[in-house]
Amino acid sequence: MLSARSLLPKVVRQSVATRFSSTLVIAEHDDAKLAPITLNTITAAQKLGSDVSVLVTGANATKIAAEVAKVAGVKKVLVAQDEKLKNNLPERVAPVVLASHKQFNFSSIVAGASAFGRSIIPRVAGKLDCSPISDVTEIHSADTFTRTQYAGNAIVKVQSLAPVKLMTFRGTSFSPAAEGGSGAVENAPAGDINTSSSEFISQELSKSERPDLTTAKIVVSGGRGVKSSENFKLIFDLADKLGAGVGASRAAVDAGFVHNDMQVGQTGKIVAPELYIAVGISGAIQHLAGMKDSKVIVAINKDPDAPIFQVADYGLKADLFKAVPEMIAAL
Amino acid sequence: MRVLVGVKRVIDYAVKVRVKPDKTGVVTENVQHSMNPFDEIALEEAVKMKEKKIAKEVVAISLGGPKSQEILRTALAKGADKAIHVEVPDADVSKIEPLHVAKVLQKIVDKEKFDVVFLGKQAIDDDAAQTAPLLAGLLDWPQALYASKVEKAEDGYLQVVREIDGGLDTVKVKVPTVLSADLRLNEPRYATLPNIMKAKKKPMEKLSAKDLGVNDPPVRKAGGFVEDVPILIEKLKEKGFIKA
Repeated sequence: MLSARSLLPKVVRQSVATRFSSTLVIAEHDDAKLAPITLNTITAAQKLGSDVSVLVTGANATKIAAEVAKVAGVKKVLVAQDEKLKNNLPERVAPVVLASHKQFNFSSIVAGASAFGRSIIPRVAGKLDCSPISDVTEIHSADTFTRTQYAGNAIVKVQSLAPVKLMTFRGTSFSPAAEGGSGAVENAPAGDINTSSSEFISQELSKSERPDLTTAKIVVSGGRGVKSSENFKLIFDLADKLGAGVGASRAAVDAGFVHNDMQVGQTGKIVAPELYIAVGISGAIQHLAGMKDSKVIVAINKDPDAPIFQVADYGLKADLFKAVPEMIAAL
Repeated sequence: MRVLVGVKRVIDYAVKVRVKPDKTGVVTENVQHSMNPFDEIALEEAVKMKEKKIAKEVVAISLGGPKSQEILRTALAKGADKAIHVEVPDADVSKIEPLHVAKVLQKIVDKEKFDVVFLGKQAIDDDAAQTAPLLAGLLDWPQALYASKVEKAEDGYLQVVREIDGGLDTVKVKVPTVLSADLRLNEPRYATLPNIMKAKKKPMEKLSAKDLGVNDPPVRKAGGFVEDVPILIEKLKEKGFIKA
């Protein structure tokens, strides 16, 4: 029962079957445009060394599919357009994925490690009786991968012996796939979609003119030191000067300064921008997990012993209420 | 409605983990362990459902070595009615994957007829975030992950507000269902001394259930302090982040 069927330390030679392998990427979108993480996932999928197909499900899938077909490296796009698939509930997407898998027998089924990907991939894995692998950051071969554990404090190399590799990829670890493809678009086989077990009611998305946190080149984050939601305007102003996305520590979110979809960290968003400016953030293990792969880290904090300074390339020991306005004025 | 809550014994969130010298895992001996924070939140919500008379019984379950019983006693002290310990020899604990846990939970659910399985969204040790959706797939039940609010909808349904990437969404799921708890669902209660004493008398059922190369992540070195804002701006200009 507990024999580790899918993870063994010893090296197993790749089976011959992988030569005829193919990967299915489950596309993420909001019925209007493709989610950027899908492009990172397509790049990762190509590293598995097999043909890449993309499945687009939804109420408005045909339009998105045309967009996906133009992505470099995409050989085939499967479209499942159905009103029942509006909002892509996992209970309804899973049967379509399974029907497609039954027809094409993919060697890997993958998605981005977003709320969507993390909902659908393990559900499909349960149906296929395979151990999935979450949040893969590196691909060594078609069956050997790297992922992080313990809030990024341990890196694990895993080998999957599962007949189908079900994985989610960390978006920030793979570059987005470029345009320049001409994949063939065809209809996905119909899945047996059950509509009685779950229903989408509504959503309330935070509106922001700023760059998306997970793909922004520069991110400015505020923590508990910002002290109030009014003061957070400082962080927004600095971000606007730099054309940056805005993030927050869990402490700032829990204190109600900003909305929780801005949380950077182990259980929030993982970001790896060119420049990360941490303002009034002490740098708990869980926060570092979400940003320590940033190229350059700047920390502004009153406390010279704050752990954030141990990972910062440039530390500024200063009162943020003085330093940030100074920076804004200087830019 | 009977609710099954999965609780996992993990290294305490405040501990800085160390990778073993032989790279086979992290050091777990003599390290402070506690209940996975997200499981505490799931348990709190289940107990609240009982207090609101939505749920009739709350059962806590844990897979792991003998010390998992401490975590189960904590769950009982916080309001679970009964505990199930699925014992796994300490030597095998590191080999358990979410799929194994989901299969054990599936067996328990089939045997004991639970209506809701409530789990944390992820364990802070393996960071997999898989057990809840795996179990939902195995049972073919609907799932509502990353819950930040759980309410009773019309008879036989629960309405759940979920934390998603761009904000929040609301879904309705038909019972039986699998839920997972996010950080902001509630504020877990502390176990009081009288409740800890009472927990010792609550039933605990014992069952048994019959390649990892771990590397340290590259260490970031501290750069150094800059004197003031103008120098910081200068440095960022040198790096090309700011147009000169």
